[in-house]
Amino acid sequence: MGFCVNAHIRFSWEDIGKANSLEPRVEKKPSSKRTNSYKFWEARRLVAVLELTNISKHFGAIQAVNDISFSLEAGQVVGLMGDNGAGKSTLVKMIAGNFRPSHGTMRLDGAEIVLHRPKEARLHGIEIVHQDLALCNNLTAAANVFLGRELRRGIWPFRILDYKAMYKRAGEIFRELKSETRPRDLVKQMSGGQRQAVAIGRTMLSEAKIVLMDEPTAAISVRQVAEVLNLIRQLRDRGIVVVLISHRMPDVFSVADRVIVMRRGRKVADKPIAASSPEEVTGLITGAIEQV
Amino acid sequence: MAITLDQTIRQKQRSWFATILGGQTFWVLIAVILACIFLSMATDSFATAKNIYNITRNVTFVAIIALGMTLVIITGGIDLSVGSVLCLCSMVLAIVMHAGYSIEVGIAASIGTALLVGAFNGLLIAYLGFPPFVVTLGMLSIARSLAMVASNNTVVFQFGPDHDKLLALGGGAWLFGIANPVLYMVVLALMTGFMLRWTKFGRYVFAIGGNEHAATLTGVPVQRIKVIVYMISALSAGVAGIIQTGWLGAVTTNIGAGMELQVIAAAVIGGANLAGGVGTAFGALIGAALIEVIRNSLGLLGINAFWQGSFIGGAIVLAVLFDRIRNLQRDE
Repeated sequence: MGFCVNAHIRFSWEDIGKANSLEPRVEKKPSSKRTNSYKFWEARRLVAVLELTNISKHFGAIQAVNDISFSLEAGQVVGLMGDNGAGKSTLVKMIAGNFRPSHGTMRLDGAEIVLHRPKEARLHGIEIVHQDLALCNNLTAAANVFLGRELRRGIWPFRILDYKAMYKRAGEIFRELKSETRPRDLVKQMSGGQRQAVAIGRTMLSEAKIVLMDEPTAAISVRQVAEVLNLIRQLRDRGIVVVLISHRMPDVFSVADRVIVMRRGRKVADKPIAASSPEEVTGLITGAIEQV
Repeated sequence: MAITLDQTIRQKQRSWFATILGGQTFWVLIAVILACIFLSMATDSFATAKNIYNITRNVTFVAIIALGMTLVIITGGIDLSVGSVLCLCSMVLAIVMHAGYSIEVGIAASIGTALLVGAFNGLLIAYLGFPPFVVTLGMLSIARSLAMVASNNTVVFQFGPDHDKLLALGGGAWLFGIANPVLYMVVLALMTGFMLRWTKFGRYVFAIGGNEHAATLTGVPVQRIKVIVYMISALSAGVAGIIQTGWLGAVTTNIGAGMELQVIAAAVIGGANLAGGVGTAFGALIGAALIEVIRNSLGLLGINAFWQGSFIGGAIVLAVLFDRIRNLQRDE
């Protein structure tokens, strides 16, 4: 029964994805159609990109995250699920450099890292797409993508913004994401899916290794959800680890390769999506199923 | 398929022509031009060289400060202290020069004062999280009081050895008979416009006004930029003060009283949005010009001067009304 429901949901979401994507949907299993990006992905997946070992975080007496260990491999989409207050955000904020873990270590590409602020995480190739997207409505898509990392030309002190290069690069990024987003448009006038593309575009400016996405599909329409899931697949095909924090079971089951479930600060499940089912995950989230 | 996507991405949503037509600044400019044409035909005295000279020079003091104010307004802030800062800077200049120092020392002291005041405002607002309205309202009171303390509330009209230089600086017309203050205004406007459009600093000013939280998250040095913006605002008031001193040839402790409201009006008429994120240097000039043309024309047309406030107030509401109508149409 579980398998049946699972398959059904997956089919319907794939369908919507197909209707929207401009290219035939690439299966999760490697196929001959994937060429360079796949080879890149294959090469990188041999090593774990990020390893968390016995990570805990407490705020005073409150134990937000308790002894969590897992590793993330390149080109993998990991769904991070759990109820409100399960510790998902705290965990992600530690990876993004907002909080420092109370205990435990993080290793990136084999080397131990300690992050003091978000900027350091970004230098290590860890990017985060915030739930509110952190966009400036009064600026263009390109300006938002490059915010804080503007390209300039000329010699000091006459260094001026290089509009042309930024429009060009932003256009390339949107093309890679297969999103119909125009770099010169104001973000104010954009749809939810396009806004997501702008926020995700930021993570592609530098060679990101890990992209953390906080509830990217929480507040947008069904059509736009499909668009966002396609964006996530584009990132995965570039060999990037995507951590998808979501409440929406269908999204996780249509795009993720693996699901990690948290309850009360502990990891209660960590398994391939094919070996799980929405019922099982729901049971794990609510506590009906203790642990798998 | 890929070509279609490429074409979509390359497409510009609006041409530059449509962008100009859609801007509030453009319509205010049209209003100014129409008013000038009407006044040239309706009165004999408007289109005379002397009157044009007067108008352009009167515009400058408000316009120069409006440039700085526009930056502050774009970040979503407000600076109510500019009128008093203008007075304090004029007074510092006057006192230093009266004491026998050269014009260079006087100007340096005056500009130093302005930067100090701006830094004080900015630090309180950016780092301690004070509301801009409160901090600059306090400074409005403090700066004027300091000017009174410094001068013992007297009028200064002798500026020591460089007296004539100062008067030439503010009252002369070195180029093609254009009043000097107008030249300064044009140069400062070009600099401000360049800064807003072509520098990282300008981009950040807009980003802070658009979404301060987002700017912080993406690594924009929000606090530093805010301090600089308030320093520029005070600096523009200081520069206007120096020029006005040279033009008037005397400093009293009530010059610049109530000027902050005219300056804000000019910026808003010129398209700056008090909610932040929108504004241009050119708009600040046009806004100041419209106010001055209204003032000038009422006098020339023989309309009672008491009506001035109504007309200027009407212009403020009307200018913003255009913007509201456009936004309402877009929302539907």
